[in-house]
Amino acid sequence: MKRFLTVLHARNIEFVRDRSALAWGIIFPLMLMLGFALIFDSGDQDLYKVGVISETGHPFLESRYIQFIPFNDQSAAITKVERHQIDLLINPEQQRYWINTTSPKGYVVEKILIASGGPTLQQALVTGKEIRYIDWLIPGVLGMNMMFSALFGIGFVIVRYRKNGVLKRLKGTPLSTTEFLLAQIVSRLFLIMAVSILVFIGCDLILDFAMFGSYWLLFLVLILGALSLISLGLLVAARLKSDEVASGVANAISIPMMLLSGVWFSLEGAPEWIATFAKLLPLTHVVDAARAIMLDGAGVMEISLQLTTLLLMTLLFLFIGVKLFRWD
Amino acid sequence: MNSIPNTILEIRNLFKEYPGVKAVNGVSLKIERGLCFGLLGPNGAGKTTTIEMIEGITDPTSGEILYKGEPQGDRFKVECGIQFQHTALPEYLTVIETLKLFQGLYPKSAPLEGLIDTCNLGEFLSRDTQQLSGGQRQRLLLAIALVNEPEIVFLDEPTTGLDPQARRNFWELIRSIQARGTTIILSTHYMEEAAELCDEIAIMDRGEIIAQGSPEDLLHQHFSERFIRLPEHAVKGELKGISQPIHQSDGWIDITTTDVNSTITELLEQGVELSQLQVRQCNLEDLFLQLTGKELRA
Repeated sequence: MKRFLTVLHARNIEFVRDRSALAWGIIFPLMLMLGFALIFDSGDQDLYKVGVISETGHPFLESRYIQFIPFNDQSAAITKVERHQIDLLINPEQQRYWINTTSPKGYVVEKILIASGGPTLQQALVTGKEIRYIDWLIPGVLGMNMMFSALFGIGFVIVRYRKNGVLKRLKGTPLSTTEFLLAQIVSRLFLIMAVSILVFIGCDLILDFAMFGSYWLLFLVLILGALSLISLGLLVAARLKSDEVASGVANAISIPMMLLSGVWFSLEGAPEWIATFAKLLPLTHVVDAARAIMLDGAGVMEISLQLTTLLLMTLLFLFIGVKLFRWD
Repeated sequence: MNSIPNTILEIRNLFKEYPGVKAVNGVSLKIERGLCFGLLGPNGAGKTTTIEMIEGITDPTSGEILYKGEPQGDRFKVECGIQFQHTALPEYLTVIETLKLFQGLYPKSAPLEGLIDTCNLGEFLSRDTQQLSGGQRQRLLLAIALVNEPEIVFLDEPTTGLDPQARRNFWELIRSIQARGTTIILSTHYMEEAAELCDEIAIMDRGEIIAQGSPEDLLHQHFSERFIRLPEHAVKGELKGISQPIHQSDGWIDITTTDVNSTITELLEQGVELSQLQVRQCNLEDLFLQLTGKELRA
């Protein structure tokens, strides 16, 4: 325990003094977050969107400055109203319309509908908070930051130690492989969680994103996710001696993972084999679980599959990483 | 010296092969507690490989290493101190932080104040370890090797690259460690250093030990002769009637003799001018040259 704490302490000092690691670990995620804020905070277009079901006409449909979007599936369209993706849904055939009680734009469009004359339609109310792309994106960005920090942070430090002979010197002391690796893991885990919380709070202040689920559950998902990605970093760094090679391998893993884990865009509709392959990536499960909690308010049972998968992946990576680990 | 000689380290038939190279080729050694043992040889002789196998850093291809009669294990790691030839220090840490890091890895540790004092680290305790001079760095590495109050210390070419003053200071330090009864295993390619510090030496060449013993014994065993050296111009005409072998080169005449008195008498009888005559004992360099047929630093 004393040996573990000693290495942990030294590693933390080192991290704080290593300017480039500090910049990558903390400043990069913050910059990324500010970038999103600028892109997504530029305001929506002032155009009302109304969903229309059936071909039956209505004077309202002649209104100008409203975009009318035809729908076939009524329940899917209602969900869109719930999520503020359309401001109102109208079905003249059934003489009904749906609006969201929490949507200001829905309120305005309803006034226009009533003022347009024509047959009186029956009002149906739905509720639901708006889900924007940014709300969908936040869990992905949290996971992606975590992945880069884990793979590059752990990988580079250990490979650098091996390259310059610090590991060889440590091998001559009573320090065990497990103690050494555990200290590296815990140090990086603290860092990742601290940065994730910082990014989460910062994003929430600027973007006020959706969070319907339990903070504790989200915290658990992020910890498990960080552990699985750190373990993957250990696996990469188990033997490599050159930091150029380590950097190549880390890139070769992280970039496909970033693209295929559904960080930026949904993989729904992607070919089957890509979806299957994505299941092998720990980040996919982190992003899925975080999204389920934040957007759908999922409970522990609903994400138990992701939690179990992350745990198993962590154990597997750790086991192989420790087995393969070389001091020199 | 201990009244009861007891062996702290025993090495039996150690081999290390790398693809295409036999780095260490059947080394056996017994090292007694409290001695300063020197491993001497040119670069590439297998000194570092031998030491790193004993330290448990490199696995031998075959052979046995016994520390206090048992294979080196956890106990050995706790009780040994190591200074590599090229030890890297963790980046971004100061001298004192580095000492504390290594101190924290051992169950037992020397008080840092004493260590800082002994190794003279006081002036640069809060300096980044990457900004130390060669001598300062070697002293810090030695302090790290001593941080667990080891019973046995390995120093792999500790003074290579130091200036003569720093080297002398380092020797003083090593003597003070030896005075506490710590066993020291030192590798060097400086004969002078081995002669100065070591109670016993083993000379290595091409992965094998070619001679072993105390420096005095080794010299005595291999050389009963002295060298007498004269400038050529001191001799008028042919040098005759000298019963010992004569070697002449570069304006010097070298006579190898087992009896200095009679050789000088013979020279006097010849009327040789003796004011520039030198008599020299054989040293380890000569020994090495004789054993291997090559210059040590070549």
